[in-house]
Amino acid sequence: MLGKTAGALFWMARYLERSENNARLIDAGFRIALTRWQTAPSEWKSILGTAGVDQAFMAAHDDYSSARVVDFLLRDPANPSSIVSLLKRARDNARTARTALTREVWEAVNTSWMTLTGLLRRQVREDDLPDVLAAIRQQNAQVRGVLAGTMLRDDGYNFARLGTFLERADNTARILDVKYYLLLPSVAHIGSSIDNVQWETILRSVSAHRAYRWLYGAEISALKIAEFLILYRQMPRSLAFCCDKMQDNLDWLQRGYGEETEAGRMARTICRDKLSAPIQSIFDGGLHEYLRGFLTANAMLAQQIERDYRFVE
Amino acid sequence: MTDEGGGVRPSYRDYFEWFDREDALRIHRKAQQAEAFFRTIGITFNVYGDADADERLIPFDVVPRIIAAREWRRLSRGIEQRVRALNAFLHDIYHRQEILRAGRVPVDLIARNDAFLPMMMGMDPPGGIYTHISGIDIVRTGPDEFYVLEDNARTPSGVSYMLENRETMLQMFPELFAKVAVREVGDYPINLLKSLSACAPPMCGGTPTVAVLTPGIHNSAYFEHSFLADQMGAELVEGHDLRVVDGRIAMRTTQGYRAIDVLYRRVDDDFLDPLNFRPDSLLGVPGIWDVYRAGGITIANAPGTGIADDKALYSYMPDIIEFYTGEKALLPNVPTWRCSEEEHCREVLDRLPELVVKEVHGSGGYGMLVGPAASKREIAAFRKKLEANPANYIAQPTLSLSTVPIFTKAGLAPRHVDLRPFVLMSPQGLTITPGGLTRVAMKRGSLVVNSSQGGGTKDTWVLED
Repeated sequence: MLGKTAGALFWMARYLERSENNARLIDAGFRIALTRWQTAPSEWKSILGTAGVDQAFMAAHDDYSSARVVDFLLRDPANPSSIVSLLKRARDNARTARTALTREVWEAVNTSWMTLTGLLRRQVREDDLPDVLAAIRQQNAQVRGVLAGTMLRDDGYNFARLGTFLERADNTARILDVKYYLLLPSVAHIGSSIDNVQWETILRSVSAHRAYRWLYGAEISALKIAEFLILYRQMPRSLAFCCDKMQDNLDWLQRGYGEETEAGRMARTICRDKLSAPIQSIFDGGLHEYLRGFLTANAMLAQQIERDYRFVE
Repeated sequence: MTDEGGGVRPSYRDYFEWFDREDALRIHRKAQQAEAFFRTIGITFNVYGDADADERLIPFDVVPRIIAAREWRRLSRGIEQRVRALNAFLHDIYHRQEILRAGRVPVDLIARNDAFLPMMMGMDPPGGIYTHISGIDIVRTGPDEFYVLEDNARTPSGVSYMLENRETMLQMFPELFAKVAVREVGDYPINLLKSLSACAPPMCGGTPTVAVLTPGIHNSAYFEHSFLADQMGAELVEGHDLRVVDGRIAMRTTQGYRAIDVLYRRVDDDFLDPLNFRPDSLLGVPGIWDVYRAGGITIANAPGTGIADDKALYSYMPDIIEFYTGEKALLPNVPTWRCSEEEHCREVLDRLPELVVKEVHGSGGYGMLVGPAASKREIAAFRKKLEANPANYIAQPTLSLSTVPIFTKAGLAPRHVDLRPFVLMSPQGLTITPGGLTRVAMKRGSLVVNSSQGGGTKDTWVLED
């Protein structure tokens, strides 16, 4: 397989995953904005921070009004992380990798691009927003479905999956990092519960507020939430789950190509060093420091994959 | 579809038996489905010079264009003769130039032509093949009356439309194909792969590795490039995927560089090699020319084939065919005035309102004048351009092109069409796909079928004997 094609599959998956994650972030922010208009601006600020576009937003706007932030995150072509920009980049990468995709996968990506850019042609009215966000998740689910159902389990598939999990781990770590200050005081004051709405936002932005209840019942604690999102291996958006999967994909590639790579070693190191200690020791060492460390290691892994598999010259 | 007496042409009889029993509304709905189908698979194109425009769809008409077996036999003999002559001409032009010595083609026409590649002199492309893939544009003007309008010997495009049009028809009207015996076109990609593989260069060891070279996803024909690579199971490469490694052209794979044997390039000669041609080209591969000369790679079509499909040369095709095959051309040329010759030019200027005038190096229907359809002002403006640079133009009479029916809201309506059959050539022989791409002028009375000018396409059926 061409290095360029492998890279295009990897990035197609990353942009699709990012678009879905950003749709969830908007959803979570929108809920807060509806119920707590006083704190909405700071909530939007932290969501823009999670998406890494707070500065870009403030360069073009004066205040964090819901309508402006939502439009910026959904449609602004000048925002490289807007849903429209991400879908365009995902589709361009799918076109580049066209010969490595089944017709079904390509058609799903193309249909999702056509459907969603159609829905996002004009500014989305507040009462239409839930439907639009649902459509983004649905279209993504469709792509994921045909990818799982029609692709050969070959190197191309593994590159696409690598992109998905790498992006997802990045996203979950960012969500936690932007909110870590909310989690900290409650650890210091053992027994005190954190703000209900705030923790719901965190869990909602990873589609896990129900799953959390099933597991932990009504007990809402910072330690438990962090454990759930970082270490809980059955939670498909936790860092541990994503890292396990990345390691699987890299193991497959190393076996398939008969060649050990630096990226494979790095992934094993991340799993061992970052995801095997109990949650308490992570808090003891500083949650923020831990998350920054994870994000850096994850980004370096992405670069190493790019080098090892010759995405670019 | 009807003949001079107003009767249905025999080749259309079975189709119309089916059509007459169909509900027009159902066909209309199917036509809309077809459009959605084309959008989903992404057969769209970008219009040149219109970077911000949305991707556009080429209109597709659901009524097939039908060619009788007997007509096709005659056509394919003429096409084969023509393509063999083109290849022989190219070999001669880049070797001993017998045809120039014999005075059958003026030396100036070659020597002063930008499409002539002096670097190809004395070069023997693998298997002696220059025109691996060609497309011969043909029009019909009456029963058993065909003309060749144009030869495309560089990188003829449109074959993906031929294939997807058939695929669409099969999906929409499967019952039709049970009723009418239509010859298969779907084996084109496999034939292309076989034909290209048969032209592998001397340095190739084992099964040839074939790749398609594209300028990238922003090229208007990118769909076709990816489609053909996909269907052949070949890699789709861009210039930056390639480099010279150990005297071969190699592509960067996830496991290192791998040699390519045959490169089906969809970029122009000028852009192939920034070291040897245009230094600003980012589309090509530095050094590919030297690898080519040393027999390390086959380039399809061979560099320099453009000289054979130059419009100024077109008018010499009957002589060229006779010179190399010893036979008269089976398919006639459209009579052509060369404006470079003073006498011709004067006549053209006198008769502008009735002629079609084309730029010698133009393509895509740009920069041409269709006299009978042009306003007085347009003709006057064109006259100035022509007078300023006569050598840049050729002129032809406006042919009374045959029409075929298209499906419109108001029922069937006649429209003008042309036909581009696709021809593959290798040392093992010629393969002509039955039919080809039918392009249709969607506007009533229009003679311009180019997609860039609003033309559409339809499925082309060659009937079984």
